[in-house]
Amino acid sequence: MEATTPVKAGTLAVRPVRAADVPHIVALDKRVTGLAKPDYWREVYARYGENRGHEPSFLVAESRAADKSAPARSPILGFIVGEVRAWEFGSAPCGWVLALSVEPRARLHGVARTLFEALSAEFKAAGVDKMRTMVARGNRLHLMFFRSEGMAAGPYLQLEKELD
Amino acid sequence: MKLQISSRIAIFALLELAACPERQLAVAEIGEKYGVSSHHLAKVMQILARAGLVRSARGVGGGYQFSGNARRTTLLEVIQLFEDLGAGDANSRLAEATAEGRALREVVAEIDDVASATLGSITITTMLKLVDRSRTRGCRTSASGRRKIAGSPAGASISAMRGHTDKSRPS
Repeated sequence: MEATTPVKAGTLAVRPVRAADVPHIVALDKRVTGLAKPDYWREVYARYGENRGHEPSFLVAESRAADKSAPARSPILGFIVGEVRAWEFGSAPCGWVLALSVEPRARLHGVARTLFEALSAEFKAAGVDKMRTMVARGNRLHLMFFRSEGMAAGPYLQLEKELD
Repeated sequence: MKLQISSRIAIFALLELAACPERQLAVAEIGEKYGVSSHHLAKVMQILARAGLVRSARGVGGGYQFSGNARRTTLLEVIQLFEDLGAGDANSRLAEATAEGRALREVVAEIDDVASATLGSITITTMLKLVDRSRTRGCRTSASGRRKIAGSPAGASISAMRGHTDKSRPS
């Protein structure tokens, strides 16, 4: 397990993801979800990462102090992925938060909020005035966070069906 | 869904107290704001105290103070102190012996799940933000031109409205 830099107030930095972050993201996601998904995260990086060609929507948070001393080895404290989508499900253009994760030992230090605000700014800069996400009903941690950031149930219901 | 009156009172009382955790408020003061009898509110406060969400302050002018974790206490936890959300009544249990009853139970369970997820994700701190937002919107849209309390935030407290400081005891 990677060592995590303690988060001090005002020491967080958010930047676009880099290729070197992907192994850290895979490791963080595995720590949080219990499942390693390296192919998935490489694909997400290819789609939303630095080579995307326009506004980055895959952001990582790291400690400023750690970044100065050893930028290449600085473990990330969290990441967020988002995208502006238009007219899917009949929805006018809006920003989607597709993934958000924070290093468990760095929680309650504003990492998720910093990432969320950075992505919100990206969305606003892209010209949308609404953002949404989807969270499993049982995922109280994420639900509580998004609620605390002012998100509420939107006008869509997610439906699914078991395929026989 | 409709919450029982005790649940609603409990949430209102916690919001009043958590808005300023150092402050003590008397049952009568909270009851007056929400139109609730002191007798009923006192019973609710006892349950909240047993749950560790409030503590009573002794002495003249003693009242209640918030003692919970506002960032972690959810509406669901508060409500469950007073009612059993999603509990079926005797008639529904009888009906569950039928295919129709079971099908209806699935639909109602879906609603209950959503309600639990919603209430379980909204903390006292989040509620206070919603209250502030609601109050700000109310101020913007109000045409009554109500007098604003000098120096008070949008969420003017009971004490502030009565000219008390946060740490003052109710009169």
